[in-house]
Amino acid sequence: MANQVADFFERLKARAHAALADSGDANRIKIQIGSATCEHAAGSLEALDEFQKHIQASGRDDIIIHQTGCTGRCSKEPIVGITVPGKMPVKYERVDRALVHKIFSSHIQKGQPLAEHALDGSLDDVAELEFIFCYGRRCTTGQTLKHAFDRKLKEANLPAGRVKTSHVRCFGACSDETEGKCTHVLVNPHQVFYRIACEQDLDDMLEMHARNGEVVERLRAPEKPITQDFYQTYGDIHFFNHQNRIAMRNSGIVDPESLEEYIRFGGFQALGTVLGKNDPEWVINEVLKARLRGRGGGGFLTGKKWQMAHQQPEKTRYLICNGDEGDPGAFMDRGMLESDPFNIVEGMIIAAFAIGAQHGFYYIRAEYPLAIKRIQKALDACRAAGLLGKNIMDSGWDFDLEIRLGAGAFVCGEETALIRSIEGKRGQPKVRPPYPVVRGLWGKPTCINNVETFANISAIINYGGEWFANQGTSESGGTKVFALAGNVKETGLVEVPLGTPLSKVVFNIGGGVKDDKALKAIQTGGPAGGFIPASQADMEVDFGPLAKAGSIMGSGGMIVLSEDDCMVDLSKFYLSFTQEESCGKCTPCREGTTRMLEILEKITSGRAEMGDLDKLERLARLCQQTALCGLGRAAPNPILSSLKGFKDEFVEHIVDKKCKAKKCVALIRYQIDPETCIGCTVCARNCPVECISGQRKTAHVIDQERCVKCGQCFEVCRFDAVERV
Amino acid sequence: MTENMITLTIDSETVQVPKGTTVLKAAEKLGIHIPRLCYHPKLSLEGACRICVVQVEGFSSFLTACSHEVWEGMNVQTNSPEIRQARRDIVELLLDNHPMDCQTCDRDGICELQKQAYRLGVRERLFEGKRKRFPIDDASESVVRTPEKCILCGRCIRVCKEVQGVHNLSQHGRGFETVVGPANLGKMDDSACIQCGQCINVCPTAAFLEKDHTERVWQALALPRDVKHIVVQPAPSIRAAIGECFGMPIGTPVTGKLITALRRLGFDAVFDTNFGADLTIIEEANEFLRRMSGDGPLPLLTSCSPGWVSFLEKFYPEMIPFTSTCKSPMSMLSTLSKTHYAEKKGLRPDQVYMVAIMPCVAKKFEAARPEHAMEDGTPYTDAVLTTRELAWMIKSYGIDFQNLPDGEFDRPLGISSGAADIFGATGGVMEAALRTAAVKLTGDELGPLVFEDVRGVTGLKEATVNVAGKEINIAVSNGLTNAKTILEAVKSGGKQYHLIEIMACPGGCVAGGGQPYPPFDMDVLDPQLPKLRAKALYQIDHDKQLRRSHENPAIAHLYAEFLGEPNGEKAHALLHTHYHARMPRGIK
Repeated sequence: MANQVADFFERLKARAHAALADSGDANRIKIQIGSATCEHAAGSLEALDEFQKHIQASGRDDIIIHQTGCTGRCSKEPIVGITVPGKMPVKYERVDRALVHKIFSSHIQKGQPLAEHALDGSLDDVAELEFIFCYGRRCTTGQTLKHAFDRKLKEANLPAGRVKTSHVRCFGACSDETEGKCTHVLVNPHQVFYRIACEQDLDDMLEMHARNGEVVERLRAPEKPITQDFYQTYGDIHFFNHQNRIAMRNSGIVDPESLEEYIRFGGFQALGTVLGKNDPEWVINEVLKARLRGRGGGGFLTGKKWQMAHQQPEKTRYLICNGDEGDPGAFMDRGMLESDPFNIVEGMIIAAFAIGAQHGFYYIRAEYPLAIKRIQKALDACRAAGLLGKNIMDSGWDFDLEIRLGAGAFVCGEETALIRSIEGKRGQPKVRPPYPVVRGLWGKPTCINNVETFANISAIINYGGEWFANQGTSESGGTKVFALAGNVKETGLVEVPLGTPLSKVVFNIGGGVKDDKALKAIQTGGPAGGFIPASQADMEVDFGPLAKAGSIMGSGGMIVLSEDDCMVDLSKFYLSFTQEESCGKCTPCREGTTRMLEILEKITSGRAEMGDLDKLERLARLCQQTALCGLGRAAPNPILSSLKGFKDEFVEHIVDKKCKAKKCVALIRYQIDPETCIGCTVCARNCPVECISGQRKTAHVIDQERCVKCGQCFEVCRFDAVERV
Repeated sequence: MTENMITLTIDSETVQVPKGTTVLKAAEKLGIHIPRLCYHPKLSLEGACRICVVQVEGFSSFLTACSHEVWEGMNVQTNSPEIRQARRDIVELLLDNHPMDCQTCDRDGICELQKQAYRLGVRERLFEGKRKRFPIDDASESVVRTPEKCILCGRCIRVCKEVQGVHNLSQHGRGFETVVGPANLGKMDDSACIQCGQCINVCPTAAFLEKDHTERVWQALALPRDVKHIVVQPAPSIRAAIGECFGMPIGTPVTGKLITALRRLGFDAVFDTNFGADLTIIEEANEFLRRMSGDGPLPLLTSCSPGWVSFLEKFYPEMIPFTSTCKSPMSMLSTLSKTHYAEKKGLRPDQVYMVAIMPCVAKKFEAARPEHAMEDGTPYTDAVLTTRELAWMIKSYGIDFQNLPDGEFDRPLGISSGAADIFGATGGVMEAALRTAAVKLTGDELGPLVFEDVRGVTGLKEATVNVAGKEINIAVSNGLTNAKTILEAVKSGGKQYHLIEIMACPGGCVAGGGQPYPPFDMDVLDPQLPKLRAKALYQIDHDKQLRRSHENPAIAHLYAEFLGEPNGEKAHALLHTHYHARMPRGIK
């Protein structure tokens, strides 16, 4: 059997490589355009259209367009990469039609890249060669060696623009063997990956490679690291260098609709290994060793879950991929489904083999049409290639997958509600136990994992469970993708090893708080998460510490809050979401969230008394302790954690009737400073309720009785005469 | 055996229970009643209300006692201050979204929510705020839905689905706006509802109630006697249950007191639905014997239960040809009252006002069916009171029911056999029919009286009875999920059944949708309840001289004087009905 599977995989790989080689694209100029819902929304389709027109008009046949998914660099989309063979790809940010014209005429036609439009200023400091050092946790010598190399470079007096150095968070190339002994270096654009240990290695690298452009063969690392492909393209972008891309290693480099490309990037090798070994317990054991925790938020050990499903006496078993990403501001699942769908499919097939499932379901929310389309295409392609359906990879094992659409209820992300939704019932949670692994879909053992969980599986199989475990903490292995947003300079999807301090994510990747304001708190885990005060920002991000701090990992929302944010208002915002999305089944969540929201509304409108705070906390605890499902139990987290860290703000709202952040409309007032006002009448003309009076060239006055506090006057005043107090 | 036993500690007391026992049941073994609202032992687990939470050592959050099975060494606290506060707060949250009109509510004093609020000590309101608003749905002839009183325990949904197989109710909307109702939140009269009223029985509050007919009865009773002659007929099950409403033990037969109470209320004539039941047996037995002789399809399905008839018309219209065309006992008696009785009394039919006391809310629907009306459209039955409604009227009037002297039914429509009394129990119609059929088939007037095989509250009973050398395959079902099973068996054609009795309500009419709410220490669907009530009926039957319907002299006289032959032309015109498929709007 092992041979049959291996033969199948070799044939598959050969076919894929041949198909890609036949296209002859390797020698052409490649225009890489991000294609995902977010990229489309930012205008990547227009850029695509414009490039196509330009290529046609130029009559050149040595230019190809390569559509990839999304890297997660949200605030800079659409992103376009131009790769001239033999050169480092140049990435451009915020590409619109006009910029397409400039890129085409200058960079493509004349060979002159446009540094001012390069992504994150990546062309500000270019060199012919870039040496990227690994600063991973296990490459402990990385920093020292890089500094030594920098010193040597200075002494070597190489011509200006010949070499530059940088570092990444981790290439993921380490093993027990290398730990503490050496570090890894990627040389772009030569795509050479070194393992170096000592001064001699540095000297050789400098003299042979940096000076003469010769590869030091003896230093080549024995294996290609998982992230090499990604950093060959994006190694010069600061935003990505502080990340560690495992689940998202292919996002933004692979064509999500091409099985061949996925195979070129190592796809389905893991499935081949698994089916070749034909030992579900071996798979489960690797996943156990990996300490992979469910990325949907609960953090249950995936291997354990699989083991439980595998041990059920009932043989009809189901596998479900939970793609019902409902947190506001969370889009990592969508990102992965759209950008690297085959990876998720492969992860699912492996999981199905491990637990002995015959049938699997993708539960994806209907609001993700592109993800649905791409997963469907991936399933069709896999079925056609013999990777899904009957006799997968000639192993004699059958498994198939189908898509079920979620209608948009937040609660359907909860596993028992999701199961009921697939069964065609009202999507409401059920009491557990029995857990789905015992009695799930249609009463059969069912294993439900999140998209991101499946995205990690092929990496675990290919690189080993121990390797994966080493990427994270002693509690949880691997990385976690976060959706970084809020008052932070750079937003987007970031993947960092578990155990990374929150502050590093905010400051190193996110570039710090917007407008350089003070960091107030970091909110994690979506609407059911909590606030981590700035004083605890050095906390290592992991399931345990977050829970201890009163928050949750959740699906991975990370929202940065500055002094401009009002904690009461934010608590109200999150609670209004959970209140709105409460399924209505259990009393504490259905009624409790409504009452808590009422109290918060009282507080933000200045009608509350101090006794209301106790009631709020009492209800929050009740909901936390007695609600039926995980969502209900987590619903009061925003309140409890803000009461814990920011009680002063609540008191201020109640006693002083003041909102320092000026977010709670009822507690603020607009007034015009008669000294500053020049009587230009702009405010009066813009006031929608006409409550501003005053003669031309005399100070104006706001009638507080009629003012609706819309803030128009504040916005339009050019002399800062309107004050918000 | 011992390895299947689990030892755990509840409130510092050790208890041993079989593996798989829930905390709630284990606590009951120690005599600790953990409060509950959504939980019902005969329905699937909901886990929605959360008031049964307990503290378990090692868990930071509370666990629901209804859903968690015990484990070895488990240490449970059922009444810690934290638990007491949590339960209190949960019940307050329910009250906060409730109309709080207890004093004017039909279930004041017999409401589970009210009871829990009192028991758990909700003495002040901490969290009061807005409240959900939904219109009352009183479009149905039988069931009134008041969603504002609903606490979303889901018992009605489950009883409708799991016990009755009707699946009419479900939750709509979500969160605070969640509401229980029929498909697309349509009206109950335009839904799949079969009016059985089991939702009323299981409802802990007054979110489901029967359509009130007391007011029209009070008004009729106040009319001058030359305008209306008010006639009343109580169904067999009333006499076995109404005593409960006046503090008497479950299963106390109170026929005599009931009659006196009705007279005190001002009814001019007190007849007995039993007379209709005897008549039904004559007609149905003849119909059965005719079909047995090859003239018509078998099995014959009984048609006394209007909830079942509604179910037939909505879910199994293809089985209509099998169903007996006999009107129900109530309808037969009403018909006779407005025809034969009126004639003899020298009254116009419209001068007679017929009030039926039924254990059933579907009877309200049956009474309003055009098939059960006179040619001019006036119904034969003018008002149908449930047992609960009548009990309230008696209380409202100030009648000391417990100490009433026994009265007797008026003649001739008050004379009945014991066979009619047992109509109220599941299997009773079958037994009554078999008593008469056996005599008719064998010609032996001393045929069998007791058919043990069809007694008992089991949901589905089957037996083969040998009568005069003929093997008669019979089946008796109660609870419509069981009816489905037997109907599917009939449709699949595996076994030839001859006679099938179907009653809509689980346990038969004695546990009908209009019967008294059980005491708080008993659950609505507890089989003990119909068992005890049925026992009273079997006792009444046992104590009677007349045990077979055809032995009822008044019946024989009626045929001779008025109806002619059983199943004859006149009998057919007056005592038989017809059915037609009824689909909720939008379903063809």
